[in-house]
Amino acid sequence: MKIAAYIGGIGVLGPGFANWGEASTALSGRGPYEPSPTVLPPSSLLPATERRRTGRVVKLALTVASEATDRAGMAAEHLKSVFSSSGGDGQNCHEICLALATTPREISPTRFSNSVHNAAAGYWSIATGATPASTVLCAYDASFCAGLLEALVQVSVDREPVLMVAYDTEYPEPLNGKRPISDAFGAALVLTPGEEKNSSARLVATLGQALPDSMPDTRLEALRVSIPAARSLPLLRQLALGVPGRTALEYLDVARLIVEVEPCRSAS
Amino acid sequence: MSPLLLKRFTATSCIGRGAAQTLDSLIAERGGLARCVFETVDLDTHIGMVAGVDDQALPAELARFDCRNNRLAEMALREDGFEEAVREVAARLGPRRIGVFVGTSTAGILETELAYRERDPVSGALPARFDYAATHSSFSVADFLRRRLRLEGPAAVVSCACASSAKVFGTARRMIEAQLIDAALVGGVDSLCLTTLYGFHSLQLCSPSPCRPFDIERDGISIGEAAAFALLERVGGGVASGDVLLLGVGESNDAYHMSAPHPEGNGARRAMRGALSDASLDPGAIDYINLHGTGTPSNDRSESQAVTGVFGAAVPCSSTKGATGHALGASGALEAVISALTLRHGLMPGGVNTSRVDPTLTAHYLKRNRTAVLSRVLSNSFGFGGTNCSLIFGRAG
Repeated sequence: MKIAAYIGGIGVLGPGFANWGEASTALSGRGPYEPSPTVLPPSSLLPATERRRTGRVVKLALTVASEATDRAGMAAEHLKSVFSSSGGDGQNCHEICLALATTPREISPTRFSNSVHNAAAGYWSIATGATPASTVLCAYDASFCAGLLEALVQVSVDREPVLMVAYDTEYPEPLNGKRPISDAFGAALVLTPGEEKNSSARLVATLGQALPDSMPDTRLEALRVSIPAARSLPLLRQLALGVPGRTALEYLDVARLIVEVEPCRSAS
Repeated sequence: MSPLLLKRFTATSCIGRGAAQTLDSLIAERGGLARCVFETVDLDTHIGMVAGVDDQALPAELARFDCRNNRLAEMALREDGFEEAVREVAARLGPRRIGVFVGTSTAGILETELAYRERDPVSGALPARFDYAATHSSFSVADFLRRRLRLEGPAAVVSCACASSAKVFGTARRMIEAQLIDAALVGGVDSLCLTTLYGFHSLQLCSPSPCRPFDIERDGISIGEAAAFALLERVGGGVASGDVLLLGVGESNDAYHMSAPHPEGNGARRAMRGALSDASLDPGAIDYINLHGTGTPSNDRSESQAVTGVFGAAVPCSSTKGATGHALGASGALEAVISALTLRHGLMPGGVNTSRVDPTLTAHYLKRNRTAVLSRVLSNSFGFGGTNCSLIFGRAG
C-alpha cells in the first residue's frame, strides 16, 4: 500500500514566522529569515475562562491547527487528528514538580488536568466540537516524523482526512538545562486521501536510510535542531518551493522518513 | 479490519506477575489493593502497587533507562515467554518489520519529582544523574523496549491519559494494514508517582478505601500500576483453537470536558459502535464487557448509560479495577490481556470490592465470577481530555 496523502492546508508558527505565508517566504528564499522570539496569539477558539487556564503549548497547538484547517477550508469538527509533541506543557510540568518538592504538596486541579500529554488535543476537540478520534504521540526528537507517519498511515488505510499537529515549547530552568528547547514551534497539516479544491501537493512516504536533509540557511538549520517540531523544516521548505522533490527527515536512529513531494498542477 | 493474532501476551500488576498469577487472582476474586505506603506519600488512600519493582535490575548497557517505569516494563517482559516470543518473531520477520507502540501517561516522571528535591542549592540545577530522555520523556519506555529487544521498526508512545494503551492497538493495526510492518509489540506501562497520586487527590477523585466500581457507595479510584504487552501479528499462518484475535478498534472524542466524562456517555457510545463496525459485528455478538469502571460516581454512571444504550441491559459486564486499581495509561493494555484471559478460560470476572450495585446503573454488573464459553469480549478505556477507545477481542473456535 502506498503511504500517501494530499496536503489541504498548512499552519506554522515559530521564531520569526507568525503563519505559513511568512514561513513559506523565508523557507523558499523569496525573503530573508529574521529570527525573533515566537509570539503566541491568544486563541480565539477558547472562552476567556479556559484561555486563562491554558499555557503556551495549548495556544501554540490551537493556533497552527486553526490555520491549517482554515486554509484547507475544512470544518474541524469532522476531522480526525494526530497530535505529536516531545514534552507537552513544560511550564506546567515544572510547576507540578516544584510543588511536589515543597511542603505541603499541593497541586491545583487545573494544573493536573493540563499535565496530560493530550491536553492540547482535548482543548482542541472541546473548542471545535471535534468528536472523531484523536491520537497523541511522543517520540522525543522524532515526534514530528512519528506524527506525520501516523497521520499518513491513517489517511492511507482509513481513507478519511486527518489533521496532524506537531508542537513543542521550551522548559523553564532547571528542566531546560536537561532538555533545552529554544522556543515554541508548531506545524500543522490537513491531509486528505484524494485531491481537493485547496490541495497544494501530494506526499508519498517511505521508510529508509539516507543522509538526512538539513537547511541551507544556517539560522534555519539552527532552528531545525533546537526544537523537535522544527525537524519538519526540510519538508516545509520543499512545500514552500512548490517544485517536485524529496526530503529525508530524521526519524529513529538511522531510519529516515523519506517524503516525495509532488505539487498539484492546479496549485499556484 | 482484518483480524490480528495476539501471538503472545503478558501482564504484571498488583494481582500478579505474569498471566498465570493474574488468572489465579481473578479466579479467586482476589484484589491487590492496599493502604498507600508508597515513597513519602502522605495521602489517605489505597493503591495497587507491584511488589519487587525496586529490586528489578535493567541490563547494564541500558542503565541510563533505570527508573520505576522501565523496571516495571523489564519485569513484565520476562514473564510468559514474552521476550523469547518477540525474539523469535524478530528473527523470522526481521527487526525492521516490527513496530513498537506503547501507552503511558507519566513514564518515568517519578525520577524528575525526586530530582527536584535534590536541586543544587546555589544554581538550582538538577542532579547530574538525572537523564531526561531515558526516564522523563514519555517516549522513554518505547525507546527502552526497542533497544532491549533490538527492534528497528516504527515506534511511538501514545499518551492519551487513561486510554493510551488501548489506542496503541489501533496504531498497530493501521501500520500492519498499511504493510509498513508485519508485527507489533503493543502495550502499556505506567508506574506509581507523586504527580498522579496528588493530582487525582486534588480533583477529589481518589477513594480512601479500595475502589468499588458500580457500587452504590463508590467514592473514587484507587491508583495502580502495571505493565502489559501483546505481540500482534497477521493471521496469515492460520489460527489454532483457543487463539485470541483482535477483531475491532473504535476511537472517539467526547469534545465535552477535560476531566469529566460526557454525562450520557456519548463519546463512549461512539467508541463502542466504532469497534463493532470495525469488527463487522452486531451488539448481540458481544458476550462480556470489561468496563473502564473506575469507581468514580460520574464515570460509572456515564459508562453504564453508554453500555445499555448500545448493548441493552443484558450483556454481563464488570470492572477489574476493584482488583487491580486504575493503572492509568497501562489500564487499556492490562485489561486487553485480562480480556484475552477471560476468552481463553471462559471466565467472566466479578467486580472485586463491589457489595451493592447502584440500582440506578442499568448495566448488568457481575459482582461474582461466572463461567461461560466466551467468543467475543469488548474492553473499554476512557481518559482525560475526553478520549475514548473500545477494543473487541475474539477466540478462535
